[in-house]
Amino acid sequence: MSAWWAVLGGAAACYLLKLAGLSVPASVLDRPLVRAVADRLPIALLAGLVAVQVLAGDRGVVLDARAAGLLAALGLLLLRAPFLVVVVGSALTAAALRHVGLMS
Amino acid sequence: MSDRPLEPHAEPHAEAQRRVVRDSLGVGIATGLYGASFGAVSVASGLDVLQTCALSLLMFTGASQFALVGVLGSGSSAVTGALTAALLGTRNTLYGLRLAPLLGWRGARRIGAAHLVIDESTAMSITRPSRALARTGFLTTGWSVFVLWNLFTLLGAIGGAVLGDPRTYGLDAAVGGAFLALLWPRLQDHDGRRLALAAAAVALLAVPLVPSGLPVLVAGGVALVVGVLHARREAP
Repeated sequence: MSAWWAVLGGAAACYLLKLAGLSVPASVLDRPLVRAVADRLPIALLAGLVAVQVLAGDRGVVLDARAAGLLAALGLLLLRAPFLVVVVGSALTAAALRHVGLMS
Repeated sequence: MSDRPLEPHAEPHAEAQRRVVRDSLGVGIATGLYGASFGAVSVASGLDVLQTCALSLLMFTGASQFALVGVLGSGSSAVTGALTAALLGTRNTLYGLRLAPLLGWRGARRIGAAHLVIDESTAMSITRPSRALARTGFLTTGWSVFVLWNLFTLLGAIGGAVLGDPRTYGLDAAVGGAFLALLWPRLQDHDGRRLALAAAAVALLAVPLVPSGLPVLVAGGVALVVGVLHARREAP
């Protein structure tokens, strides 16, 4: 039941944020403080998500096949691979390492 | 069709429209297929198929959806999950601010269009030289992603339930790779890279100290601090 609250509450919030952007006068974004924070928020959040998704374990930070998958993604991005190739590449790397038993 | 007269030497209008449609469909298909991995990851995180499909239909913004199922999957509360999703959704507000004067929609059309404001539909419309082409890029990308993203979410959710542990297929690593790819364009300059590294470090430091889900919000705080400091420095 609690998951439904997150799904519906989160969806409502996300929709209202989209609508707010289309409806708010552009002058709000012209405020330097709003612009300075808003411009950086996606970077910090996504970087935090990458770190937590890849390195967080049950008790603190762990290095496992997910980190190898991220390294593969990094390499593919440097080679200018498209989005889907990056995603599939990181999955295959982690899966292969687990399959041969090299990493958990 | 067009609400602006054509420039005498511009690309013929019909041809430009076709090109925008073709490019937008390409992006729409590539992104939509990726819905399958969201479906699989969501079911693996403990949501059921209906909740997973509701997320793609109603939330319809990839990073927020992944974040929400990740936070819930790690045992955090519904509030933390919804809050993380909303924080990541703030970038759509910024997209909307840039799109509003370009698309020029009001009333019911604006209320409908808001649901389609995502990374891809924004990227495929803000660079267009006219309102007609911007609208074509926005609607073609938005609709093709919406239809395919939802279809493949369902397939991934059903397939994920059948296939079992997604770690066997490296799907947990795929999420990290996807987020890095979403972040990549913002890592091309020095400031972006420094901010990203600082935020990642802060998030990892927070991992053993606070309940799961919160480290990402703490990382968001780095943007707040850096942004405020920057604005102060710039102020006369």
